[in-house]
Parts: sequence; C-alpha cells; structure tokens
Amino acid sequence: MKLKGKVFKYGANVDTDVIIPARYLNVSDPSELAKHCMEDIDTGFISKVKSGDIILGTTNFGCGSSREHAPLAIKTSGVSCVIAKSFARIFSRNAINIGLPLLECEEAVKETEAGDILEIELASGKIVNSTKNLRFHAEPYPKFMLELVSAGGLVEYTKQKIANKGK
Amino acid sequence: MTLAEKILAAHSGKDKVAPGEFISAKVDVVLSNDITAPIAIREFRRIGVKKVFDPKKVIMLSDHFVPNKDIRSAEQAKILRDFAHEQGIVYFEVGQMGIEHVLLPEQGLVVPGDVIIGADSHTCTYGAVGAFATGMGSTDIASAMATGEIWMKVPQTIKFVFHGRAQKWVSGKDFILHTIGDIGVDGALYSAMEFTGSAIDKLSMDSRFTMANMAVEAGAKAGLFRVDKRTEAYLQNRAKRPYVAYEADKDARYAQVIEYDATRIEPQVAFPHLPSNTKPISQVGDVKIDQSVIGSCTNGRIEDLKIAADILQWQRVNENIRCIVIPGTQDVYLEAMRRGYIEIFIRAGAVVSTPTCGPCLGGHMGVLADGEKAISTTNRNFVGRMGSTGAKIYLSNPAIAAASAILGRIASPNEIQN
Repeated sequence: MKLKGKVFKYGANVDTDVIIPARYLNVSDPSELAKHCMEDIDTGFISKVKSGDIILGTTNFGCGSSREHAPLAIKTSGVSCVIAKSFARIFSRNAINIGLPLLECEEAVKETEAGDILEIELASGKIVNSTKNLRFHAEPYPKFMLELVSAGGLVEYTKQKIANKGK
Repeated sequence: MTLAEKILAAHSGKDKVAPGEFISAKVDVVLSNDITAPIAIREFRRIGVKKVFDPKKVIMLSDHFVPNKDIRSAEQAKILRDFAHEQGIVYFEVGQMGIEHVLLPEQGLVVPGDVIIGADSHTCTYGAVGAFATGMGSTDIASAMATGEIWMKVPQTIKFVFHGRAQKWVSGKDFILHTIGDIGVDGALYSAMEFTGSAIDKLSMDSRFTMANMAVEAGAKAGLFRVDKRTEAYLQNRAKRPYVAYEADKDARYAQVIEYDATRIEPQVAFPHLPSNTKPISQVGDVKIDQSVIGSCTNGRIEDLKIAADILQWQRVNENIRCIVIPGTQDVYLEAMRRGYIEIFIRAGAVVSTPTCGPCLGGHMGVLADGEKAISTTNRNFVGRMGSTGAKIYLSNPAIAAASAILGRIASPNEIQN
C-alpha cells in the first residue's frame, strides 16, 4: 500500500490532550472529533490537512490518555500515517487496532521538515522524502501486528478469531 | 520470571513467557467509563457477538463527566447505562459510583494475580494489589468483552528499590513523582515497573495505589507491588473473589534495577507542562496559585483527605484562591464526614464535591481560565489539561496542595503557623 502526502511536524511528547482535548470527549462520532484534531498544539492543522498527509513527531508520540479518540481523530482528519522516533504504548495499540499506520524511523524524523512531501510503502517500510530526495527505512511491524493490520484492524481480526473457534 | 511475567504466563496457558512475546491473555476484569465505553459498545456491536463473554467480569461506570455536565455527556452516559442493563454487567449508577480506580479496589473487585484491562490509562492503579493491570483502548475492550481475551506483548520489567523510609509529609505521590522526574515520561516505555524495598514495605495501601496509578506517566504498561501482610489485611473482608498471590522469582531477569534512598526524597512538585518536570519542595520558589485541587484517582482516598484535613483544620483557604476537594467514592465521602473532615474543609472555605474526575481532565468542577495556575493532586499537567491552554498546572501530594491553599502559593505544611 502506497501513501503520499505533505508533512506536519511536531516535537516530543505530543500528548493526547493536545491531539483531542477532553472538552470534546463528550462525543464519539469520528467526523465530529476530527474537526478538533491537534487543536491545542496547532490551531491551523484542521484547515490545512488534506487526505494523505503525514504527521511527524519525535519521541513518545501520543503519550497520556488511553482515549482511542486520539488516533481516530487523526485518521478521520485524512492523515494517512504517523511517523515518530517512538510512540506511547496505548496510542500505538489504538492506532494499530483501528488501522492508522504508524512507523518508527529516527532518521526520517530527523531529516524531514514540515511541508516536505513523503511517499511511503507500508509493507516494506520504505519512506521517500521526494522534496529532499532522501530515502529511509522504518522498523518493520512484528508479525502479529501485520496480521492485525492485514485483517483490517482488531474488530475484523476478532470476528475471524470467533469464526475460526466455531469451526 | 518477574511478577508481571508470572501473571501473564498463568493467563495465557503457558509455563513461561519472555519479554517481547505476543500472547493472548484471558482477562479477569474488563473496565470502561463514560468517555470510552460508547466507542467500545459500538465496536462490540460491529464484532457481532450478542452477549459479553461473562457479565460478572465486565464493569462499566460513568465518572469523568458526572453528574452529567451537558447534553452530550448525558447521552454518552445513557449509552453506557442502557448497555449495562441489557447485558447485566457490573454497573454503578451516579450516587453509588466513585472514581473507577478508587472504587474498584475499595469494593474488592480487583484482586492479586488478576489480569485487568481498562479503557482508561490509569487502570494500572490495581498493580498495587499485585495484579497485572493495564490501560487499553475502546476497541481492545470491545474485543475482550466479546471473547474474554486480549492480545498483548509481554513487557520487560524494570525493578525499583526504595531503601530507607519516607520522611514527614512524603508519601507514594512523592515517590512516583521523584521516579518520573528521574527517568522521564518515557523512561519506562512499554515496561512493567516493580516497586520494592523497605520504604515500599512501609507504604500504606493508599500510597501504593497512588504510585501504581502514575506508572503510566513514566510510559509504563503496569506498576506492580508484591502482596504482603498489608495487602492481605486490606483484602480481608473485602475481596469478592479468591485470589493467587504470585511472587517474582529470586533469579528473575530485570531489564534494569534502579535504586533510590527514600530518606532523601522531599515532597515533590511537578512543574508545567510534564509530570517529569519535578522539583523538591525546597526548590520551588514563589509560585502564586489560583486553585488547589485535592482528589482524583491518584489522591482521592481517605488517607489523602486526612492529610489535607489535618492541615486545613482551624485554617482558612487564601481569599484569592479556590480549593476544591473531591472524595473518590461515596464510602470515602461518608468516612470523611464521620471523621469531621467535610466540616473542616467547608469551614476553611473549600469546595467539597461528589465523586467525579471533574477538573483533572478539564471537564467540569474547576476548569481553569487563561493565565491561571493550579496546584493539584491529579496525575497530568500537559498543556490544556485542566482547561485553558494558557493555564499552568503543578502536581503534588495532598499535604502540599492543602498548605498551598492556605498560603495562596505553593508551600510546604511546615510553613503553616499553627
């Protein structure tokens, strides 16, 4: 699967309170949530983001709350992938479960700037910065997580598991 | 195996598990709240199973935005309530509930050796009773409600040894803030933390719950304590089920062992905007505050209220600030009433609220305006956490929060003239 878009770059410890502030957690509709994505760290984000765009963070991206609303807001806003040096664990589980691709790649984060265009090949983890003409390689997903992602997320994976048990 | 590894092995039908391994673990408790349950219920319906795997093991309650602060929150709470009644799961209504992570141990619903997952990051609180408890997302909870199992990667364990004993005014909150200040907000990323040592052995259960509660703020998956005489005394006449108390093996392999001299740890204050931005109270300087919050799943237990009441007795809250006290459950509230704490708080000029998460996440019951500063016994101080993105939040233990309420600036109880 190929992804392509322009980069929105943030720093360390981008937490779930800035990704989707608690004042919006009285709804669970994804399109409602998406309207407020990244609001407390970048008020311009939601008006500028286009389908396919990519978010970059440095360390511990998505730290804080377990709110699935965070990756849900990001995914629904049109973002195709988040790349960081490291991810907080609950955020990363949630993203995999709902089918928002995450990639860990220190080099890509270091060398890429906001506004650059990135092209990503998910299966191989290849990242190309076409603005700067640079190539990177992300950490591949562990086998189990690839299964989850190829099933289409945890709901689909769970349905398959239940169906298989019945056989 | 470490304590975490033992519990996970037992729940995945294996003799042994190792860090990095992917397992499917059977769960003893699956928890969600008014923010996270609506999505979990939606995804549960998409999975297509009619009934949850075991209604006795599924717990739901509304605690974040209750009593409901607006129409949307009321609608979320109604989704939860209707599902709970439909499925016959364990449910606590407003007026009987408490903040989930204070309520569940109090009601004996979490026991040693359990695997507990909750759609709330502070689910790790139950590690204090020697359970493997971890926060997950709504879809995880949906999958577990359908099947009774959840996918997990076995974490490595970092062992923390606290030597010596806590000084006056120093409690579990200060131990964990000190730890996060030392290793950083991702210092224990993906790991289980094991808390040990003579200073830990002397910690009360309330202090242990506080420490385990904030393991997630160091990036950890879980924060575990061993089951000792104190745990057993706590569980006696309280635990609703029999339990197994696992012990880490003497030759267990830890990713790291970090040792602290607890005697040297002062009360800590975490400055804006990270829980790791800690300073000992002696180095805080002059920080005027507008609000003091005493409560939350971190410090909303009877011992926390006792500490605050002992300091606030015969004193007045500074005229320029608001002090908001939130007992964590109705039982805590009743006990505080019996002991005269509620009268102390009200006579001092503080607000006393029904159990709720309220201001901790900027929901209601004490939201901050631009430029305001709060000292709080809660667990996170990210930008915008308690309201305006222009507000600043300082985290502390209840003693500091109470003393600060009196003096109108961040202060130690030692500064209060009695």
